[in-house]
Amino acid sequence: MAIWLNKDSKVIVQGMTGATGMKHTKLMLGDGTEVVGGVNPRKAGQTVDFDGTEVPVFGTVKEAIEKTGANVSVIFVPEKFTKDAVIEAIDAEIALAVVITEGIAVHDSANFWAYAGKKGNKTRIIGPNCPGIITPGQSNVGIIPGDITKPGRIGLVSKSGTLTYQMMYELRDIGFSTAVGIGGDPIIGTTHIDALAAFEADADTDLIVMIGEIGGDAEERAADFIAKNVTKPVVGYVAGFTAPEGKTMGHAGAIVSGSSGTAQAKKEALEAAGVKVGKTPTETAKLAREILGG
Amino acid sequence: MDLFEYQARDLFAKHDVPVLAGEVIDTPEAARAATERLGGKSVVKAQVKVGGRGKAGGVKLAATADEAVARATDILGMDIKGHTVHKVMIAETAPEILEEYYVSFLLDRANRTFLSIASVEGGMEIEEVAATRPEAVAKIAIDAIDGVDEAKAREIVEAAKFPAEVADKVVNVLITLWDTFIKSDALLVEVNPLAKVASGDVIALDGKVSLDDNAEFRHDWDELHDKAAANPLEAAAKEKNLNYVKLDGEVGIIGNGAGLVMSTLDVVAYAGENHGNVKPANFLDIGGGASAQVMANGLEIILGDPDVKSVFVNVFGGITACDEVANGIVQALKLLEDRGENVSKPLVVRLDGNNAELGRQILTDANHPLVQRVDTMDGAADKAAELAHAAK
Repeated sequence: MAIWLNKDSKVIVQGMTGATGMKHTKLMLGDGTEVVGGVNPRKAGQTVDFDGTEVPVFGTVKEAIEKTGANVSVIFVPEKFTKDAVIEAIDAEIALAVVITEGIAVHDSANFWAYAGKKGNKTRIIGPNCPGIITPGQSNVGIIPGDITKPGRIGLVSKSGTLTYQMMYELRDIGFSTAVGIGGDPIIGTTHIDALAAFEADADTDLIVMIGEIGGDAEERAADFIAKNVTKPVVGYVAGFTAPEGKTMGHAGAIVSGSSGTAQAKKEALEAAGVKVGKTPTETAKLAREILGG
Repeated sequence: MDLFEYQARDLFAKHDVPVLAGEVIDTPEAARAATERLGGKSVVKAQVKVGGRGKAGGVKLAATADEAVARATDILGMDIKGHTVHKVMIAETAPEILEEYYVSFLLDRANRTFLSIASVEGGMEIEEVAATRPEAVAKIAIDAIDGVDEAKAREIVEAAKFPAEVADKVVNVLITLWDTFIKSDALLVEVNPLAKVASGDVIALDGKVSLDDNAEFRHDWDELHDKAAANPLEAAAKEKNLNYVKLDGEVGIIGNGAGLVMSTLDVVAYAGENHGNVKPANFLDIGGGASAQVMANGLEIILGDPDVKSVFVNVFGGITACDEVANGIVQALKLLEDRGENVSKPLVVRLDGNNAELGRQILTDANHPLVQRVDTMDGAADKAAELAHAAK
């Protein structure tokens, strides 16, 4: 079953013909993802050859959906144009839009999020500034390496790309139902809570690993949600205990402001909700292993 | 990017938020002409990006131009909570203040929208008011698309219970302040205090503005950057487009991906507990697809930090292949040595993920005397901490 992405997902790529889009479309196809089209108004009507797989380019998302039945779009367009690309995806009412682009102005994210709401939230947005989503063995949308892990029964949700990879690697022998990177920007479409709710309802997921980091209070709210709504075991990890106050640590949203957004507060909130929180990624993987083995 | 008060004042003025006259200077003598332009008296205000400057003696009245020079002499160079005063604003003296209010617009992360905060009890930190008298603080969500029109501004004014005689003027401040917020891609615009003065006017006497660095591509913010305050290593890193933050420990850190690097800092700090409490010296994310050149740039910054006693390179190869990273490290060391840099600090390298075996083999074959390979993150952190402690 997995969450949000499976072998039947038909994927289009907004920004497929750019360098990053080309590179990752090729990798996604290699992982078995059913990429049915690209979108670029200036190259509409052309096709792009990826090692023998011909992928057509459409002028708009709407047209791509009409011609291919696509239900997922992955967005690689440059940050200046990302807002318009997301709004186009929302207008076309695609079920899932995965926004990989990094460095988007937060007013743009606030804008497309508000727009999605006005349109009735028919499109699930993952990201921006995220690595994407993978259901191992079925489909891979974004830039997560497809060969780290295998299908299994752990659900993973993370703000960080490389920590997603690290955790998938540590637990590669057990495998994952779905791993989703939600991104480290101040405004994101899909939250920890959305993923926790979906994994809780997913028959293929036995345990959830949740990775957070400094900034905001999403982890605290996720902890509250877990206490009330999640019956499956959850293992957590939080990065940024040593981050100084007032400095942005790589991700635009990773900042401790005054006494809010600290790793310590997030860890305590998660533990109070019954989540086992590891001190390091390796220890976190060990906690997950103990629960599944026992 | 946080702005200085004078930059916030200029931005407010540009968007018709009512402010007092003022100009920024960086020598005491310049206070004379600036004060004369204001009619012979002024307020001399230290420009620092930290609160509490009034209590620290950073804001002084000057009744004459001579006095302004004397006060500017006192204040320039002053240390306020670790911030050196390089500039002062010579501002128009405020007319008699009758009341002090608070208004702001900011990003509301939790609700993924914008928020207005307003209070008729301004003049002190809003967090303090919110903690002691929460009923005196109004918080109104702002839709990112609909924004703040007159009706929304009136809603805020009513929610915060502004007195009827200033309502229209505060509405005007809110509309112009929202314009500042939207057109400047701000994360925060705050006016505190917003003062009602004897004439009945409402004026922004002090302000805070924080801008979104990601939006710089559509603005001309060159002049807003505070070059004087930047740490020299951070400035050098910025020039090379490296995502670097200087910290106060001894173990230099290079990694790929913000989350993994943050995690690396933590793991090193834990390991340091067993090795004389050594700590991470920096945050440095070289991102995905790090070339030899990027690795060399990163190593150069870190080896140039006199506080660094050992270096931990922590890479998880995702799309990036570890053999490329290993080649990058070997080439980077050679590049720096060829350039005559003093490369003498031990490097602990952990490679995992895509092509890790190949990468490890490259490091083994290169057999560089300063490079040690440890194949787990926790183990490598321990080794780097141990080496830093030994060299301390």
